[in-house]
Amino acid sequence: MWSADDGAGRGGLDWGESVAVRLEDVSIAFGVAAALRGVSVEAEPGELLALLGPSGSGKTTLLRIVAGLLTPDSGRVWFGEEDASRLSVQQRNVGMVFQHYALFRHMTVYDNIAFGLRVRRRRGGRALSRAEVDARVRALIELVQLQGLERRYPAQLSGGQRQRVGLARALAIRPRVLLLDEPFGALDAKVRRDLRRGLRELHDRTGHTTLFVTHDQEEALELADRVAVMRDGRIEQVGTPGEVLDRPASRFVFEFIGESNLLPVEVRGGVVEWEGRALALPRAERRDGPALLAFRPHDVDLAAAPEAAIDGVVVASRRAGAWRRLELEVGRGRARLDAYVPQEVAPTGRVAVLPRAWHLFDP
Amino acid sequence: MAERGAAPPAAGGGAQGAPRAPAPARRRASPVAEPRALKWGLTAVAVLVLGVLLLLPLAVAFFQALSGGVGAYVASLLDPEARSAIRLTLLVAAIAVPLNAVFGVAAAWAVAKFEFRGKSLLVTLIDLPFSVSPVIAGMVYLLLFGAQGFLGPFLQSRGLQVVFAVPGIVLATLFVTVPFVARELIPLMQELGNEDEEAALTLGARGWQVFSLVTLPNVRWGLLYGVLLCNARAMGEFGAASVVSGHIRGQTNTIPLQVEVLYNEYNWVAAFALASLLALLSLVTLVIKAVLERRDVLSKAGHVVR
Repeated sequence: MWSADDGAGRGGLDWGESVAVRLEDVSIAFGVAAALRGVSVEAEPGELLALLGPSGSGKTTLLRIVAGLLTPDSGRVWFGEEDASRLSVQQRNVGMVFQHYALFRHMTVYDNIAFGLRVRRRRGGRALSRAEVDARVRALIELVQLQGLERRYPAQLSGGQRQRVGLARALAIRPRVLLLDEPFGALDAKVRRDLRRGLRELHDRTGHTTLFVTHDQEEALELADRVAVMRDGRIEQVGTPGEVLDRPASRFVFEFIGESNLLPVEVRGGVVEWEGRALALPRAERRDGPALLAFRPHDVDLAAAPEAAIDGVVVASRRAGAWRRLELEVGRGRARLDAYVPQEVAPTGRVAVLPRAWHLFDP
Repeated sequence: MAERGAAPPAAGGGAQGAPRAPAPARRRASPVAEPRALKWGLTAVAVLVLGVLLLLPLAVAFFQALSGGVGAYVASLLDPEARSAIRLTLLVAAIAVPLNAVFGVAAAWAVAKFEFRGKSLLVTLIDLPFSVSPVIAGMVYLLLFGAQGFLGPFLQSRGLQVVFAVPGIVLATLFVTVPFVARELIPLMQELGNEDEEAALTLGARGWQVFSLVTLPNVRWGLLYGVLLCNARAMGEFGAASVVSGHIRGQTNTIPLQVEVLYNEYNWVAAFALASLLALLSLVTLVIKAVLERRDVLSKAGHVVR
């Protein structure tokens, strides 16, 4: 949506240099509660890294430490070769976008965007002239397509417009790093989707190293170059969306990333056994013992031979878009499973299923 | 409603309704609306109480002040003692109000933006003057700075007269007005939170820039409102000032004290002439306050919807 050819591409505006951001063994506690426990992660120059996790997992804390709004108890933050831990918030030169916008309500759109340029009268020993500030603000307004709204106050804008002002304001200072804290959290689904696409396109053009906090896995997987999944103040896994989806490092990552089925099984000599029967699955590379068979509802096939599959009773069958969602009750323990089958297949009564793709986790 | 040839909505929406409209359409009473009689009855009681308790006395004050004619009114205001009282009142307010504004902003900032030990104690202390009688406040200063007081002799030996002089009146006024600005700003700043300030910091603003460009503008209406109330109280304060002033005519009498002196001398015209000045001040304060509240409501209505 912001891809309109306004001639202000990488050449038109100076975006500032993007640097790698590296956190090195960062820990912080609030009182007795540890918020981050020895987190190390790196975003490469120009990379869009999503910090994904449930609330309380420490992702916003991590972002605030990068911004310099919080000082960690231990560990370091590096911007490229520079130790950013020694820099103040102002010196770090990060662009931050807040969930609730944090726009200055007594200033117009124009003044909000110009704020960072005006308070930093000197940049690299050179003061920005009034005309330079004006040119830059106008270019940014064009970039986020808010032309004609320069004189409006934040209260007179929609949520999506406000967040675009927030983004333009953050970009105005030529940030070395862009930090987004649940930027679309307060917006409705349609606006979220538009802004998401807009942000991706913007990132492709400006090339800022970007850390992006979200609890929405879909958003993270769609937007990010890489995703860092967080839990209880630790990073569980860092990887591309594909890696996180296909090779989850833990049961937590598997469950958090999407819909999931978990079934207690036994592994014996590479064979996965469920309730005493060997399932017709490829050999498992895993030591013998109890395990959890994990698979996505989308990765389920109906099986022809029930004696080597997971069989149970259909308790619910509902249309879900182009698919049909089956709810199964399987085995003696009457465990519940979800399975998506093509719309026209509508089995009833007893069915047997086998996962196409699956993982084994510790129980 | 959709009747053919019906009057346009503007006409049909009148309070009395079109005569041919059926009864239920005429009065679309909301279930929570009170019966008309009760509504008018309650309003009448309120107006009556306000009239007897507030408007009538106010009118009497102006009537009394002008009972000797405009000439006597003006003359009593131009009397040297009256002029001295007016000057002193303005001086006290000019010192106490800005100090209070600074203290109020600092205290509200500390309470709203930081967590520290003794925070609730600080809040309680700010409220203290509301619960302590102003006379007690005056007595405390008398005990502290009086001739037989704790610090009085020491200060007096250095030529500083506190009690029965301007410094004492300023101190007593400060004590009484401490809560006004802080009380106004604390809830406001708490509601606003820290995000705007954090945004300003990341954009490169220094501490002072954050305060003057972001924090202060965010609370400007609340601050002005607090200052206004503080000013009204500072000029009208009687109890505390009375104890520490010593009632030296032409020197340590503020307007309220001078009014009492004149009143005790049965000098009605002069007493009420001065009193009418204070009454005028409170009326002006009320009007400005109403205007500010209107602005506040308008600006809030804008930014509450996030």
